[in-house]
Amino acid sequence: MTAASHPNPIHAILLAFPIGLFTAAAVTDITYLNTAQIQWSNFSSWLLAGGLFFGGLVLLWAIIDLARWRTASGRNRRTLYVLLLAVMWVTGFIDALLHSRDAWYSVTATGLVLSIVTALLALAAGWVFHADPYAGKERI
Amino acid sequence: MRIRRIVPLLLTCALAACGSSADVAQYGANPTLPKPQTGLLPAMEIAEPTAWEGAKPTVPAGYTITPLATGLKIPRQTLVLPNGDVLVAEGTGGSAPALRPKDIIAGYIKAVGKTKVKGGNRITLLRDADGDGRAELKTVLLSGLNAPYGLAYVNGSLYVANQDSLMRYPYADGQTRITAPGAKVADLPAHINHHWTKALAASPDGNRLYVGIGSNSNITERGMAAELDRAMIWEIDAATGAHRPYATGLRNPTALAFQPGTGQLWSAVNERDELGANLVPDYITAVRQGAFYGWPYSYWGQNVDPRVRPQDSKKVAAAIAPDYGLGSHVAALGLAFSNPAMGPDFADGAFVGEHGSWNRRNFAGYKVVFVRFVNGRPTGKPVDFATGFLNEGGKARGRPVGVTVDPRGALLVADDLSNTVWRIAPAQPVSPPSPAATASPPPQG
Repeated sequence: MTAASHPNPIHAILLAFPIGLFTAAAVTDITYLNTAQIQWSNFSSWLLAGGLFFGGLVLLWAIIDLARWRTASGRNRRTLYVLLLAVMWVTGFIDALLHSRDAWYSVTATGLVLSIVTALLALAAGWVFHADPYAGKERI
Repeated sequence: MRIRRIVPLLLTCALAACGSSADVAQYGANPTLPKPQTGLLPAMEIAEPTAWEGAKPTVPAGYTITPLATGLKIPRQTLVLPNGDVLVAEGTGGSAPALRPKDIIAGYIKAVGKTKVKGGNRITLLRDADGDGRAELKTVLLSGLNAPYGLAYVNGSLYVANQDSLMRYPYADGQTRITAPGAKVADLPAHINHHWTKALAASPDGNRLYVGIGSNSNITERGMAAELDRAMIWEIDAATGAHRPYATGLRNPTALAFQPGTGQLWSAVNERDELGANLVPDYITAVRQGAFYGWPYSYWGQNVDPRVRPQDSKKVAAAIAPDYGLGSHVAALGLAFSNPAMGPDFADGAFVGEHGSWNRRNFAGYKVVFVRFVNGRPTGKPVDFATGFLNEGGKARGRPVGVTVDPRGALLVADDLSNTVWRIAPAQPVSPPSPAATASPPPQG
């Protein structure tokens, strides 16, 4: 997300990964808690790892953009975007550590809550990124 | 220096079950069992390897230690044959795939503490004819095996427990090479083989063989289906190969031995991880036929492990506690009963080889201890018998695995880090006891 009228497509594609992967991790967590079939917990672990990898790239990109386009319009929105991504990454990381424990303790209620919070933060970041507050107005 | 560089990238101590709490006394029949600690990340810390550089393990006053053989390829268990020759099982096994990102990280950390030598997958024969504690003859008796571990000799037959099968080879006294293909006595559970070692002991009459089969996970994190025929000791009919579970719920029975004069089977067992630095104690126990020792549902009797789902309260109620705790995470991999030829201070009891911890801050194990027996039961605190495997800087010069008592008065210790078999003997041979006190040594497993 720069000051350009259209978002960078590569950035948008990268952002799709943490949104999809973290959301899926919340779903596989629920399935594990319902079935106690360990493979669902394994899925969660890999989904979280993938979300962290791509989420980390997106976060880095967003921070660089924020620094490069300090004076551009939409600064508050871009700052909010970076903050959402950063908190998402931290909660996702703690969640991944928790998922590295064994058997039932790889998820538990704590893990599920963390997965849901992480997914919601990813969705919120996506919303802020894609919602264009300048739609219909003059663009820079 | 310890490997502090890897883990801190991932955690601060505040996040982890880092085991910084004081060590508690965990030996004996009623070890202190603190509340489980489950931090966000288990402590993983292994002693960085270094060389002996001419140094040797420290043994009690009045004992000598010599390298019986060096340059081996991951020696694990040893066996003393009737003519005094020593067999060494060399190799490494397991084919557990990484199921989670954690498996990759844990595998890397564990690999740091191991030798870089590739496992030999063979049995080496050592002969020390002149009795100076160093083998003049070192030759390959059997090669092309699949991660051999347990060894037993009964009436002209050598039994080898590979990681996937129990084999029998004809063996004559003095033989130095076996070319016979061997007969498969039984297939052993080998799917995944998270814990791949197959401990072996033969009953005193040689008709029954006992094989220790470790669990396929720490605590069912590979799923319940992977635990079929795991975490138990099999009794195998030597003649027919028929098997049945002899005792179950033993997470990783890494060494088996018969107590002299009683016909009682004992096992060293490694317990579960990631409940904190002081849970769960590894142990030795007399193996009661048909008994259930808790894994995975509970530990040390009926302490429920909350990580296992579905839980099973009936199994928990049936679980019995083992006999003698050695301490948490010491990784007991060797067990051998002593005899009077080992000297009066170590005449009655069992030696235990402790490979050493990889998942607690303060290292545990990395030594050979002696558990004294009175009236056939273990008693008191484990006594250090061979130490110094960790140097002053906390680096590992060696890691003990199998221990075997030579009936003529010596303890053999396989060291799978420095790839050495150590021989520890009284400096002055112990005068033979009166014939009445002499028990015939049982087949060692």
